[in-house]
Amino acid sequence: MAATKRKKKPGAPGWPGEIFDMLKRAGVAQVSYVPDAGHAELIDRCLQDNHIKTTRLTTEEEGIALSLGAWLGGERSALLMQSSGVGNCINMLSITMETRSPLLMLVTMRGEWGEFNPWQIPMGQSTRKTLEDAGMIVYHVDEADKVAETVYAASQVAFNSYRGVAVLIGQRVIGFKDWRK
Amino acid sequence: MAGKKKATLNRRDAVSRILKDRGETLVVTGLGSTTWDAAAAGDHCNNFYLWGGMGGAAVTGLGLARAQPDRRVIVLTGDGEMLMGIGGLATIAVAGPANLAICVIDNQHYGETGMQETHTGHGVDLAAMAAAAGFRTTLTVRTKGDLESALSTLYDAPGPVFVVIKVNTDYVPMVLPMRDGTAIRARFREAVLGDRAWD
Repeated sequence: MAATKRKKKPGAPGWPGEIFDMLKRAGVAQVSYVPDAGHAELIDRCLQDNHIKTTRLTTEEEGIALSLGAWLGGERSALLMQSSGVGNCINMLSITMETRSPLLMLVTMRGEWGEFNPWQIPMGQSTRKTLEDAGMIVYHVDEADKVAETVYAASQVAFNSYRGVAVLIGQRVIGFKDWRK
Repeated sequence: MAGKKKATLNRRDAVSRILKDRGETLVVTGLGSTTWDAAAAGDHCNNFYLWGGMGGAAVTGLGLARAQPDRRVIVLTGDGEMLMGIGGLATIAVAGPANLAICVIDNQHYGETGMQETHTGHGVDLAAMAAAAGFRTTLTVRTKGDLESALSTLYDAPGPVFVVIKVNTDYVPMVLPMRDGTAIRARFREAVLGDRAWD
């Protein structure tokens, strides 16, 4: 499937590419996503890869079901979304919990550090609590150079202990959105 | 209006007929009546029964079909369950798995919650929605004859396939399969993956 053409910002941080490397190292065979600007580069890398099967979702909870199906068929997967999509997942997470299946969620944060759009605040501020209440193990990372190791650590917990693990990639890592452009 | 014709097929007869020909097919069932229907047709280690996650059956089938491209995967689910995950039609059509068939047992009611009517009794045509999303083959089955000719589509036609089976609301006894999610998952994975299930 053709990747979308994106202009790479000069000097853009390397953490999305490092996440990609960690997903490969962890043996992830399927990646599903609802787009987010913070995940744009990682999504492109996955689309360009000849081995990773990508699935574009219409809503985030589909990715929970997709991950369970992939696991039933013997494949590891990762689910990419932004924090506003976490609220869509809650009931569907029950299938991960009840079947003790791995789930690796990589969530780019909105509504926290330096947010401009007030409508993002409610879900952004309740993302962690919501996930923890649903039974997920949650890691939060706020430094670009710690993103890759955090994703790898999360993948090991997910796939070796058969649990749902979410990595929240802080808005500080992603940077301010310039609304004048 | 479409859907006002009285359905004649009995859901248990329809599901039993379908599963009689299953062979090595992997089957995912949706909350809740189709899980009971599959159990009534005979428990099988290649059945993955969903008892929750309403709206997730079809896309669970997608993840499985992509992981096991050489196996036929059939999702048996209800009209209410399919409607709750209706965006999944777009997701599945775009992913385009050749080995996946979605089979909706459509009684036009929410059978587990008091038999309230669903949208399919009020003109919503799920097969037409699947066709519009881009499913390769779509069918609506209303009679035993239709069902017989739909079997080859379900099992052999290049997917994604979408078959709606219009069934009546006659009483059928409750037949419950195993319900421990970890046990259902472990048994299914062992059946599909052998020793690799325990890696």
